[in-house]
Amino acid sequence: MHILVLLKMVPDVVEDLEIASGGTALDLDCQRMILSESDDHALEQALLLKERHGAKLTVLAVDAAEVDDALFTAAAKGADRVMKIVGSDAGLTTRQAARVLSQTIAEEPGLMPVDLILTGVQAIDDLDGLIAPLVADELHMPYLGIITGIALDVSSDTARAIKEYPSGVRGEFQIQLPAVLGIQAAEKPPRYVPVAKIRAAMKTVKIECAQVLTLADGGWPAVNVLEMKQNEPAGHAEMLEGAPAQVSARLCEILAGRGLF
Amino acid sequence: MSACPVTLETLPRYPEGTEILTCLQCGVCAGTCPYGEVMDYPPRRMIAMMRAGMLEKVFTSDSLLACVACYACMAKCPRGIRLTEILLPLMKEQTLAHLPELPGELQKALQNTLRYGNPMGEPSRKRAAWVKSAGVPIRIFAEDRKPADVLWFVECYTSYYPRGQDNSRATARLFHALEIDFAILGNEEKCAGECGRLTWEPGLFETLMDYNMAVFQKYQFNRVVTSCPHAHNAFKNRYPVLGFNWGLEHVTPFLAKYLARLKPLLTRKLPYTVTYHDSCCLGRQNEFYQAPRQLLAAIPGVKSIEMVHNRVNAICCGGGGGGMWLDTYFKAKGYERLSERRVREAVATGADVLAVSCPYEVSRFEDALKVLGYDKRMMVRDVTELLAEAMEE
Repeated sequence: MHILVLLKMVPDVVEDLEIASGGTALDLDCQRMILSESDDHALEQALLLKERHGAKLTVLAVDAAEVDDALFTAAAKGADRVMKIVGSDAGLTTRQAARVLSQTIAEEPGLMPVDLILTGVQAIDDLDGLIAPLVADELHMPYLGIITGIALDVSSDTARAIKEYPSGVRGEFQIQLPAVLGIQAAEKPPRYVPVAKIRAAMKTVKIECAQVLTLADGGWPAVNVLEMKQNEPAGHAEMLEGAPAQVSARLCEILAGRGLF
Repeated sequence: MSACPVTLETLPRYPEGTEILTCLQCGVCAGTCPYGEVMDYPPRRMIAMMRAGMLEKVFTSDSLLACVACYACMAKCPRGIRLTEILLPLMKEQTLAHLPELPGELQKALQNTLRYGNPMGEPSRKRAAWVKSAGVPIRIFAEDRKPADVLWFVECYTSYYPRGQDNSRATARLFHALEIDFAILGNEEKCAGECGRLTWEPGLFETLMDYNMAVFQKYQFNRVVTSCPHAHNAFKNRYPVLGFNWGLEHVTPFLAKYLARLKPLLTRKLPYTVTYHDSCCLGRQNEFYQAPRQLLAAIPGVKSIEMVHNRVNAICCGGGGGGMWLDTYFKAKGYERLSERRVREAVATGADVLAVSCPYEVSRFEDALKVLGYDKRMMVRDVTELLAEAMEE
């Protein structure tokens, strides 16, 4: 059993976002990057499957700022092999990233054969959740997304996956392996790994580097960003103070003034 | 570089280990532990398990999550066994490694501290944002590298938490009034990491220690003054292995040394009855009992009254050793919040101000007062806030 997890670094929105001088993209030179949250869940789900089935776990990411930290952390958590794809400029489109990842998976020694490819179902810069289905399409594998649980049946090369639907509805699917699954949430929250283990991984684990093969978009039209702007505060909260009767009277006045009564 | 080469396996070979084995099994440690009654393995029993070679049973229980690193067991031990400094951190590290799942708030705080340098997950690049509201100029070393007498290590809650910033603004005003030549690290500063060390995470602590020491080496100063007793603890007891050899003070005892110059500046009468809470790190760990009380006594109009448990007997606020981020876990377990236990005692004195010297305590005690419905009867103020309030504008 070989499980491959695809990780992606996204802008860390805790820190201020800076717009580059062209006004159409984030300034990635000064932007802090962080592992996409749902990719962290994909890694956790893979670690749980590894613990249950003794699978070999490989983690693959496109090079980005702070990606080494994410890969060393993955190794400290239990990944057997960590690899990054180098040679592309920062800011690949989702289509380009899918092409780069799938070509690397197909060409790089030891990545194929793979039984299961897990990645986050979406990211803050891929809200459509395209990366996983595009990779599946490139590799001619089935895809299922919004997954919150996986049970493997190694003897029949199948997996049963729980898919979430609106209103709390859940569907259970059987899927033939190999397959690509987009993870919404792992069965458990992503685990904590002691920093000492990460520091040890930094000394003992080698991050393998694969060269990017092509950046072609595959003929798909690219999205053109016309303008990027910071949010501008449009108003401020009014804090109502005083005795309860005064506050409620003022509240009624505001609501009536807005035509809500 | 490892700050503490001792491990649980090698501990018996060190003097600290043989000292632990001299335990009388008197049980004073368990009796004085604020959560002793809820622990499967309070300190006395833990030592007995160590002697019996059964330590694994201790760290595969979640018992040690309830240790708030308050130094009470250490302060009361008739053999002088330094439990809080040696055995408890080593045991906690193993507990972390064996817990199937870390309580979510604690995990987030540790991850935030590693990534952003503060447990709240606030932007590292806004650590010095409070400076704009200080009301007095504050020099940031990265912007003006000339040597300073004092490096003021502000720390996390005093940089980000709004009520903690009140403490920082007060400290800045006091430093200016006393004409202290000081500078801060601004956005270059990260948590000193003491709670990493005493919580669960020596790796996190070492990462922060390496980082902060590298930043210290960039600038010239004579002494470090910090607003946080936990940072003081880390600098005093752990950082010296990496060459920390500057003078060191916590703000409260530092200001007490300037009392003669400070007193004439305290001209505004404050009509408060104040009860002072001894922080565990300043009190039991460093025996700074008099300095805060001297400062409070110097404020015109202030009357002081002691709680039943004071000085070495003070009840912990519950924030140390990771307790700051375990309130939800403790509540789920049905434990009483120590901050609530403490404010009940504070309110019983009849005081209207609970004075503190640790940035953790402001949020903990203000929350506890609200939870218990005492927030109209008592307010929480750092000693520096009271001093600044007593200075005329």
